[in-house]
Amino acid sequence: MKHIRNFSIIAHIDHGKSTLADRLIQYTHLVEDRQFRDQILDNMDIERERGITIKSQTVDLPYIDENGQEYQLNLIDTPGHVDFSYEVSRALASCEGVLLLVDAAQGVEAQTLGNLYAALEHNLVIIPVINKIDLPVADVERVKNEIDDELGLDPDSAILCSAKEGTGIEDILKAIVERVRPPKGDAEKPLTALVFDAHYDSFRGTIVSCRVFDGTVKQGDTIRLMSQGTTYRVEEVGVFRLNREPQKELTAGMVGYIIAGIKTVSDTRIGETITLDTRPAPEPLPGFKDVKPVVFSSIYPIASDDYPSLLEALEKYKLNDASLVYQKDSSAALGQGFRCGYLGLLHLEIVQERLEREFDQSIIMTAPSVQYRFYLDDGTRLDVDNPLYYPDPGTIERSEEPYIRASILIPERYVGVVMKLCMERRGVNSQMSYPTPGRVEVTFDLPLAEVIFDFYDRLKSITQGYGSFDYEMIDYRESNLVKLDILVNGEKVDALSILVHRDNARERAVRVCERLKNEIPRQQFKIAIQGAIGGKIISRSTISAYRKDVTAKCYGGDITRKRKLLEKQKKGKKRMRIVGDVEIPQSAFLAALKTDDE
Amino acid sequence: MWRSRKALSLQPSRQTMNRTDLPGLYVHVPFCKTKCPYCDFYSVTDTSLVDRWCTALLQEARMYPGLGEFDSLYIGGGTPSLLDDRQMTELILALGGIFRFAPETELTVEMNPDDVTREKLGLYRSLGVNRISLGVQSFAEDEVRFLCRRHTAQQALSALEAVAGAGFREYGIDLMYGLPGQSLGAWQVTLERALSFDPDHLSCYQLTVEGNTPFAGMAKEGKLSMPDDALQAGLFVKTSECLTGAGFLHYEVSNFARGKERLARHNVKYWQHTPYLGLGPSAHSFTGRKRWWNVRDVTLYLKTIHSGHMPVEGSEELSSSQMNMEKILCGSRTLWGINVRDITPPLSEERITGLCDSGFITVEGQRIVPTLKGYLFADKLPLLIS
Repeated sequence: MKHIRNFSIIAHIDHGKSTLADRLIQYTHLVEDRQFRDQILDNMDIERERGITIKSQTVDLPYIDENGQEYQLNLIDTPGHVDFSYEVSRALASCEGVLLLVDAAQGVEAQTLGNLYAALEHNLVIIPVINKIDLPVADVERVKNEIDDELGLDPDSAILCSAKEGTGIEDILKAIVERVRPPKGDAEKPLTALVFDAHYDSFRGTIVSCRVFDGTVKQGDTIRLMSQGTTYRVEEVGVFRLNREPQKELTAGMVGYIIAGIKTVSDTRIGETITLDTRPAPEPLPGFKDVKPVVFSSIYPIASDDYPSLLEALEKYKLNDASLVYQKDSSAALGQGFRCGYLGLLHLEIVQERLEREFDQSIIMTAPSVQYRFYLDDGTRLDVDNPLYYPDPGTIERSEEPYIRASILIPERYVGVVMKLCMERRGVNSQMSYPTPGRVEVTFDLPLAEVIFDFYDRLKSITQGYGSFDYEMIDYRESNLVKLDILVNGEKVDALSILVHRDNARERAVRVCERLKNEIPRQQFKIAIQGAIGGKIISRSTISAYRKDVTAKCYGGDITRKRKLLEKQKKGKKRMRIVGDVEIPQSAFLAALKTDDE
Repeated sequence: MWRSRKALSLQPSRQTMNRTDLPGLYVHVPFCKTKCPYCDFYSVTDTSLVDRWCTALLQEARMYPGLGEFDSLYIGGGTPSLLDDRQMTELILALGGIFRFAPETELTVEMNPDDVTREKLGLYRSLGVNRISLGVQSFAEDEVRFLCRRHTAQQALSALEAVAGAGFREYGIDLMYGLPGQSLGAWQVTLERALSFDPDHLSCYQLTVEGNTPFAGMAKEGKLSMPDDALQAGLFVKTSECLTGAGFLHYEVSNFARGKERLARHNVKYWQHTPYLGLGPSAHSFTGRKRWWNVRDVTLYLKTIHSGHMPVEGSEELSSSQMNMEKILCGSRTLWGINVRDITPPLSEERITGLCDSGFITVEGQRIVPTLKGYLFADKLPLLIS
């Protein structure tokens, strides 16, 4: 056990976490150079494109120091986004140390701080690593100052590195061996293993990634998942190299995997404690939480006959993503679909993109919503994440919406615009601190609903990319909520209804009306688009009728051409939704539901 | 009546047989002295190829032996009237030797006003031509210039006078409207001028910017300011009201006839799915199920025929749903509308009632007939109906 080191790399988005992981793997010769594929750990397309790790993967790095002593360095990769902070916390609970990666040009950012706090909470050894020192704009001295002032860490302990060029890698490996504590634990005690990740494999079922704290687990054992009480027979245990390598057993201190006929990833929980059924541990490991979705939206197939195929895609997708929840939903305008719950806006985007790309689905997603609380006059509380279930406003005594605490780190010159943005978004309780000269940390309590409505994009654009952002959920607060309906020629388009703060209702209504006006093609009659609260119209736009749709000539060749055009239009019509008599193309729904400005 | 059906069956189906008559023959003359910037019919300005085209065309005609009688021959283009007397004589006489024509066959030649002379008209009459279609387009000098026609408005007037007085069984005038800057009043003047010659037939085409024409290029550069669709709709309605008021039948979106006997017999075949044979580059042919079209290139046409092959570029065999669609699309543009018994599966009654209520169609027995408002949306109507 004294030759094992368990560690993670934590960093703000884009500070080079994946590149560093690749270098470590390459350096420890786990992969032949010729096999080496950049960013081996991030193997999903979306992850590659966005440069973020969504699903973490773990790998054991064999390392031999200068005295010939062999070490087992377990790199526990973590998801790189604030939506997945619970998953990150479980990965960190499985480690004894972290590499805190800071970009030599960008310096300390909001998520660097968030990550640091998380690591401190778990009492981990922190090794600061300044990455990208090869960049011409790298400013190592400034970053060292920030590490000192903003993070409170010893700047002299920072290791300089360029993961891209491969410099500093040896120093990092050495520091892991020297500074990170070997794991503690007792192989003879009852088994406690912490589940920090789970993947679905179509041949083997769920592959559970875990850290063994005490005890031993091997093939043939019957394990028990302590929060659920379910038991499984272990088929295989092993460690992660680039492929899974079966082992005789996993014992205290080790990081590895268990395959035990667990059908789907949803049958396990991240943070679950595994013990032996015959000799259970008295207590599960601390920190388990059943994560609940915080952002909700509905997914509909663009062509209604594609519903069965969407259902199948969601079922398949769900095999590998336990955090997505969904149930049937239906809309008069869009037909049958699903109401889905996500960990955050990024999670929502990932689900959308993967359904489209990997599962080849054409979908319409309704506007993201948070979960509101309505206290009714009969003394009950109704939790509503779907505008469809908005209660009769006459029965509502008061309503509440979830708040987050946002932490925004910016160069001082952007304080004004950021304050303005947060105030516009109903931010309260602002605080400011100056961790280093020229830099400001602004914290605000903000309604979550405001953050999931184009907040990231706005923040990025007003700070020209210099603003970084982190948040945590805090509480529910009283709010003046209304349901905004959109009507097309007097008929409600239910899929476009949103729950919104009264102060924002008009602006949102005007925006949706304008966008629909631009996207719904003119038809042979006038179309009125209205935004309404209850029976009261608060915005309106009109699409004038077109007056003719006829081409003058129709002789020999024209007939074939016209028929082909009609066949095409007929196909396109299948993708249109009819509300009243109005044909609404899919693009209109997409435009109306888009959260960004342009 | 049919000598043989083995080479190609141009026999109309029973249904069309009930309504109309025999197949039509179309000859495409792919030459113009100058190209008009709005026109997308196929033609070239190299008239040195006319003789070779004529020889090839007759050769193509002989590739369809054993056909039955036709009751229309339409010589269109291009500009048929640019053929000289010898060429036109040869063409018509030779076709008469190759194919069989029923008594009272409609024989139309399209003419450009600047080609019209009394001598030419006399020759056409002696060749059996009984219908002239005169491409006037406009009587307003500025409009004629805008359309880059070879004739002046004055020439159009004298040509019309000559045609009207030449003793043909029928003659028709082609006009264009919806030109940039054209007012309702200006169009009314043109229409009335045309009516003053008492024609049997009027084709009034709303200017359409067709792809791959000089106008399309101008439109793309924003140099063509077409009337807005409210004005276009107004012009369309005015045309119909003015001509039906003068006793004309608005029997197709762009076509008006002085009574049922004066319909353009040949063109009606296109809209009623009556078979027709088209000869010449880019010409289309139709058997009632199968449609094919010739290459859109004179040189290639000449070469292909010279090597003994049919100059066919492509073909299609209509499935029953495609046939349905075409019946609906043609019916949406014509006075005889759609015979609901022709359409399977049957159309939705609810939709038909809805379209009646909103004034797009009327139902007359088994027929769904577009109203004037229906004509205005003829391109959209098939989607609303089916």
